[in-house]
Amino acid sequence: MSEHDTNDVRDVVIKYNDGTSRTTTVVDREVPYPEGKLIVSRTDTKGNITHANQAFVEMSGYMHEELIGQNHYILRHPDMPAVAFSGLWETIQSGKKWHGYVKNLRKDGAYYWVKATVIPNIRKGVVVGYTSVRRKPSRSKISESEALYKTLL
Amino acid sequence: MPLNLTVSPDFAPSHISGWFIFNTWMQRQLGEGIHLELYDSFDAQREDIKAGKYDLVYANPFDASMLVRDLGFKALVRPLAKADETIIATNADSSIRSVEDLDPGCQLYTTDDPDVNRIAMIMLEAADLDESNTQSHTVDSYVIVARNILKGSADAGFFLKDAYDELSDLIRSQMRVLITSEISVVHHTFLVGPKLQERAEEIQKFLIAMSNDAKGKSVLDSMGLQGFEEMTEEETEFMIDLIDTLID
Repeated sequence: MSEHDTNDVRDVVIKYNDGTSRTTTVVDREVPYPEGKLIVSRTDTKGNITHANQAFVEMSGYMHEELIGQNHYILRHPDMPAVAFSGLWETIQSGKKWHGYVKNLRKDGAYYWVKATVIPNIRKGVVVGYTSVRRKPSRSKISESEALYKTLL
Repeated sequence: MPLNLTVSPDFAPSHISGWFIFNTWMQRQLGEGIHLELYDSFDAQREDIKAGKYDLVYANPFDASMLVRDLGFKALVRPLAKADETIIATNADSSIRSVEDLDPGCQLYTTDDPDVNRIAMIMLEAADLDESNTQSHTVDSYVIVARNILKGSADAGFFLKDAYDELSDLIRSQMRVLITSEISVVHHTFLVGPKLQERAEEIQKFLIAMSNDAKGKSVLDSMGLQGFEEMTEEETEFMIDLIDTLID
């Protein structure tokens, strides 16, 4: 979809903030964001997925049952700098709303860009989890984010 | 003193009488007098709701958020198979084929329906358009939005999908849909205020059972609804959280 896509395939090791890592295949191919849809998921306070809507299932390439219970970081693309996610966690753990542009990794190794908003789910004054809603970003915001994230890797 | 009921102003004009029939039906179920008040303006209605004038509200999703979180209302039911979706449309003869073809400075015609306007503006973000680089004109009804599209004064207009679908075939044939939201989980809700909470369960039960008998079904038909289904507290909170992510 992006004019810069090469369809190159590479194996990468992705390290997560809980100390775990996985080796996966990444393909330089963008999957277009579905028109008019929101990708919605919820996690517990540790980032484990508790709810995924159909748009999330379709875009991530995972089956619904594969997503539930997984940590949200399985979507993390190696082109995303760790600092972006540490900012996210700092913001939502302080009870605030976070917005950002995110390049997500699909199960098949391809990617898709989103504008993400994450908010804490507060019930009777206690944070019980987080809701993440993703929407279609503009191409200009994607270009700006790509340029910025390259400097932060 | 009678109870007070109001309905989000985004229902189709053809269903006005249906809401009065519903009000009569509700009075019989509750055994109490209910005064129904309808509004043309979302803002005027919101001010009266905030002033504590209402005990029963059929609310659009954005107002439901305020009713639950700020005013202590409880959502009981939602309409069956009736999610609130938004359409952005243009003139059928226009060269605009997608929202990305809309340019900064474009003329947008809208009603004051808060959820439609919010969702539509979110769909325009993909074209780098927002309140700062578009010209919005708020008019009184979706028919007037359509009229401005047909006469060429609007580059695009925002519609509640249900309202768009109820426009005449002739009007719709002269417009082109640029995008339709497919959110599914944002919908109207029927809520009761703090004074009525001890009767909440009873009201929820008869609203859910409404589609099971012929009389209730004919009342629903007159409002253009198929029936009501239960809305749990967590489902309400989930919808409100989701709406919260859509408000910058």
